Amino acid sequence: MDWLLLAELGINGIFVGLMYGLVALGIVLIYKTSGLANLAQGALAMTGAYAAWAISVPLGLPIWLAIPLALVAMFCFGAITERLALRRMIGQPVIMAIMLTLGIEIMLRGLLPGFAGAAVKRLDIGIPVTPLFVGDLLLNRATLIGGTVSFAMILLSLLLFNSRLGVVMRAVSDDQTASWAVGIRVERAIAISWGLAAASATVAGVIWGATQGVDWSLSLLLIKALAIAILGGLDSIPGVLIAGVIVGVAESVATGILDPLVGGGTRDIVASVIILLTLLLKPHGLFGREHIERI
Amino acid sequence: MFYRRAGIRFTRYRDERQIWPLPLDRRLMLLVLLLALAAPYLLDRLYLVGYLLPWLIWATAALGLNLLMGTAGQVHLGYGAVIGMGAYGSVHLVRAGAPLELAMLAGGLISAAVGIVFGAAALRVKGLYLAMATLAMQYIVDFVISHVPFISGGSQATITVPPVRFLGIPIVGDAAVYYMALGVCIVVTLFMLNVRRTAFGRALAAVREKDYAAEVIGVDTFRFKLLAFWVSSFIGGVVGSVLAVCYLRSISPDQFHIELSIQLVAMVIVGGMGSVLGSFFGAALILFAPIVLNNLIGFMADSMDMQISTDLRAHVPLMLYGGLIVGFLLWEPLGLAKIYNNMRNYFLVWPFRHAQR
Repeated sequence: MDWLLLAELGINGIFVGLMYGLVALGIVLIYKTSGLANLAQGALAMTGAYAAWAISVPLGLPIWLAIPLALVAMFCFGAITERLALRRMIGQPVIMAIMLTLGIEIMLRGLLPGFAGAAVKRLDIGIPVTPLFVGDLLLNRATLIGGTVSFAMILLSLLLFNSRLGVVMRAVSDDQTASWAVGIRVERAIAISWGLAAASATVAGVIWGATQGVDWSLSLLLIKALAIAILGGLDSIPGVLIAGVIVGVAESVATGILDPLVGGGTRDIVASVIILLTLLLKPHGLFGREHIERI
Repeated sequence: MFYRRAGIRFTRYRDERQIWPLPLDRRLMLLVLLLALAAPYLLDRLYLVGYLLPWLIWATAALGLNLLMGTAGQVHLGYGAVIGMGAYGSVHLVRAGAPLELAMLAGGLISAAVGIVFGAAALRVKGLYLAMATLAMQYIVDFVISHVPFISGGSQATITVPPVRFLGIPIVGDAAVYYMALGVCIVVTLFMLNVRRTAFGRALAAVREKDYAAEVIGVDTFRFKLLAFWVSSFIGGVVGSVLAVCYLRSISPDQFHIELSIQLVAMVIVGGMGSVLGSFFGAALILFAPIVLNNLIGFMADSMDMQISTDLRAHVPLMLYGGLIVGFLLWEPLGLAKIYNNMRNYFLVWPFRHAQR
């Protein structure tokens, strides 16, 4: 067994997993407040990356200005999506709302490459491409920085849930009708959660866009984010952190060890296998709250 | 104008229980059936094989998915994989020398057997989990098909379908292929029309409306959800073999990717969940709208001298699918079938609107 290779795969996997976790964070945020899974999260990450690219390259603004602008724009985009589309689905069966988010995902996946061009775009955020050597380990600098930023963002969202806004959002996630009764503006809380989800997706999109270029394939982050969200339990932010690391390491180890055996492509199905295993063994995930339905 | 009635009234229960209670509908269906039967003699080859045949096959697939999504209320985002399993299973059997009739049924059984495994995993929890489990199923089945040389015949390989006979008739030439697809389509359509009048269909409707309430009145929810998965996957498998034998002729793994699943989900939603007629409308819109729009864009680009990038034209189908799903869910959740129904009900009793039932 090549321990060095394993360690390298593991460490890179942890940071990649944290980067996936940032996409999953949006799914969890939305699930926590409105109780539906956002299948458009991958496309939101892609849209965020395209937004940052559009502000920095064609408009010519410096990247340190482009990213905050993209964040603000995407926050508004998320909130507006909620206002115009998802709010009309209140009271409808949950399958309709999920289908709606899937429709948004497909539409964005067509619109952005269609109008901005399908070729891969370089998004340079100033990370040197030379790998980092720690002892004998070869680490990817972009992944390290991306993973650290994601870790910080996820911790930040944990703090958010202790602020006043966070308390409001926790109340809404607990019981929408009861929070309505005590004067919480439920719609506003849900809209803000969509905005935050879109903003975190933008950060993820920018980080991923910097490592692999901006194109439609960023929306494929959806399936990995879903795996993390389900494994972590859909409504738990510490779950995102831990499940992210698990998924990232599993994926990286599978790529390093299984790929030579079966001839490539395992990277794409690790997430699917994790979803399936989670549903078989522990349907509510590692930290998820068991859903109790009242008749 | 149209056939007008002063309200819809029945004097016998038998009349009301018919599939098409109105004589107008019956005559319309007869006309459509006759036209469908005469189509090979009426239509040009391009329209028959290029438009009518895929429409029939995709509509049959949408019917199968509609049983699950519309009648039983369960999401399935991996129907393309179900079709792929049926296609690969039956084509391999045909190549091994099995008769097509058996291979079709076996393809259906393979799809049903694998589909029910994923269904059983997903049905322990519900709603959004099901969507994700079926999405995972799509990717896993894709991977298995393309990475097992025994199934796909090696990477990047296509498997051609040998000449086959169906019920003793060789399936060669456009007409034979068309009639075979039409036959399967009619059988599935009749099944779907009748299923809601059976105990099975009523149980599924109860499960769809509220599964806890269904459980309370004595419907075994889990069993009926699984049965719905089984039947729907079986239809998907059979459609897969029809697709392979009649339309594709040679199959490769990339024909059954997530794009096919998205197409089918869009068909069901746009057509109208739970509506048989809607599946046909939805299939027509989803299959032909991108072609029409692309031609329109091309025409506009030529005539008005506009610069339209190939990227834009290549992404028109995705935009349309997404836009149609979003638009119909927001403004007409019951789809094209509901629009048709509204128009028909209006003109049926026009101008005596008060007589509508």
